[in-house]
Amino acid sequence: MALLNVTSPHTTNTMNTARVMQLVLLATIPGVLALTWHFGWGTLVNIAWASMVAIAAESLMLYLRKRPISFYLSDCSALVTAVLLGIALPPYSPWWLIFVGVGFAIIIAKHLYGGMGFNPFNPAMVGYVVLLISYPVEMTIWATPREALELDLPSIGDAIQALFLGRDAVAVLTVDGITMATPLDVLKQNNTLLVDDLWAQSPQFGRWAGAGWEWANLGFLAGGIFLLTQRVFTWHAPISMLISLTIMATLFYDGGSSNSGGSPLFHLLSGATMLGAFFIVTDPVTSAVSVKGRIIYGAAIGILLYLIRVWGNYPDAIAFSVLLMNFAAPLIDHYTQPRTYGHQSNRPRGE
Amino acid sequence: MANADYKELSLNGLWKNNPAIVQLLGLCPLLAVTGSVINAIGMGLATIMVLTVSNTCVSLIRSVVSDAVRLPTFVMIIAAAVTCIELLMQAFTYELFQILGIFLPLITTNCVILGRADAYASKNSLLPAMYDGFIMGMGFLVVLVLLGALREIAGTGAIFNNMDLLFGEAAKGWKIVLVSDYKQFLLAILPPGAFIFTGFIIALKNVIDNQIKQRTEAAKEKPAAGSKRVRVTGQIS
Repeated sequence: MALLNVTSPHTTNTMNTARVMQLVLLATIPGVLALTWHFGWGTLVNIAWASMVAIAAESLMLYLRKRPISFYLSDCSALVTAVLLGIALPPYSPWWLIFVGVGFAIIIAKHLYGGMGFNPFNPAMVGYVVLLISYPVEMTIWATPREALELDLPSIGDAIQALFLGRDAVAVLTVDGITMATPLDVLKQNNTLLVDDLWAQSPQFGRWAGAGWEWANLGFLAGGIFLLTQRVFTWHAPISMLISLTIMATLFYDGGSSNSGGSPLFHLLSGATMLGAFFIVTDPVTSAVSVKGRIIYGAAIGILLYLIRVWGNYPDAIAFSVLLMNFAAPLIDHYTQPRTYGHQSNRPRGE
Repeated sequence: MANADYKELSLNGLWKNNPAIVQLLGLCPLLAVTGSVINAIGMGLATIMVLTVSNTCVSLIRSVVSDAVRLPTFVMIIAAAVTCIELLMQAFTYELFQILGIFLPLITTNCVILGRADAYASKNSLLPAMYDGFIMGMGFLVVLVLLGALREIAGTGAIFNNMDLLFGEAAKGWKIVLVSDYKQFLLAILPPGAFIFTGFIIALKNVIDNQIKQRTEAAKEKPAAGSKRVRVTGQIS
């Protein structure tokens, strides 16, 4: 038996794909808890059902592709896709909505492109966009946060019933005011009130952004900082995205007129900003690779995010901006390839 | 000789050189109007007629037109054919004409038609050219209808909706609801769905082709009966 011929440096690394994915799952906990506290059990039920579908779909595809099933399942990447999608979907979504979204994400966006590590687009975001385009009605309902709700939040039993029987079958979920437009949507639709007046009139706004939303975003920010300290990813892409979003929001805030795009703090703590910055943009497979590339990639996502949120057709745009930049990531990498030690900085032409 | 020629033409048009899924020509109508079976049939029939007429005319004038001006001439012939078909559809299936809209006149720019005129009809005699146009259109129609059916099922949960637009009152009852209470899966009806399903159809064709290839190769490699074994032991004197 020949010994493996390993060259130096003889270092070992405790990080592997499974470990990274487990850390990411761990880091979503504060954000998920905040979402659950403010919007009820819906998000947790979403995540549970999405995970089941994801594992089933992943196993099926691995079996069809004749790949080792337990090896790929234990890297938890399907679980991360499911959890991210479960968080992004509206609470109390019906089972088929999640089924279609997760199925599309795992089967088409991931495995048909070659599986783990070969997908050019973020699977969770592909699933989300497919659902947003296909089922606009179901995808634009969002639960009312606890602060704006006069009743109690639906119980866990109601949430599970809503998953399998649909909202209409659950009495609590058919009450007026149990769903509400998201703060981003309210601000987008508004063209008559000053931002301050809008804030005072609409119950879904909180201290800095949307009630509930701000805490969920702070939770995901905390999770993201935890991942940064664990060196799961570098700071370049998320921070440059947040900075470019802040710059855009500052430039077009205009002091809060009726046409204002909203304050920078509002944008940072609304919708999926923090979830996107630390859990979506940092996806190692679909983002740019070089340091300079990551900064450009993140900044472009921040700009696109603001453009679509304020002047586009959709209230939130993490998924669209991330997918658009996924397209561009190989190009960015091509032009930002770093110089290797001992080589000239300018690459030969045509390379 | 002539028979074998037609067989080869048919195989080419319908499978080996299918305009829609092998040559990937005419993608614009393929992607744009295949949201339902009825649209696909309307578009496919119009394309068959245009292809047959244009191939026939091009073949007839092939010895008269010089090489330098052949392309403009072909386009004029195709445009004339398209105009006739468009007027016919306007007269007999007005609603379908309205649904297909701009994509009917755009058949003129469908590269399948110019491609066949230049590659085949301008070099062959009348009957084969006519048949080539028809069978290429047929191959196009088959893919259109398949794509339309897939997208209609995935998009609306039913199939053969609105067939009366083309087949008269009797076809009103042809609609088959596969899943009642189906939420419209808009993606399948929108253009991205066309791309995705076209990809699936091409993949399916490749799978079938690969299997055929493997099977024929396996058949070829079969050792002849009573083959000799190579002697590996003992001394060779």
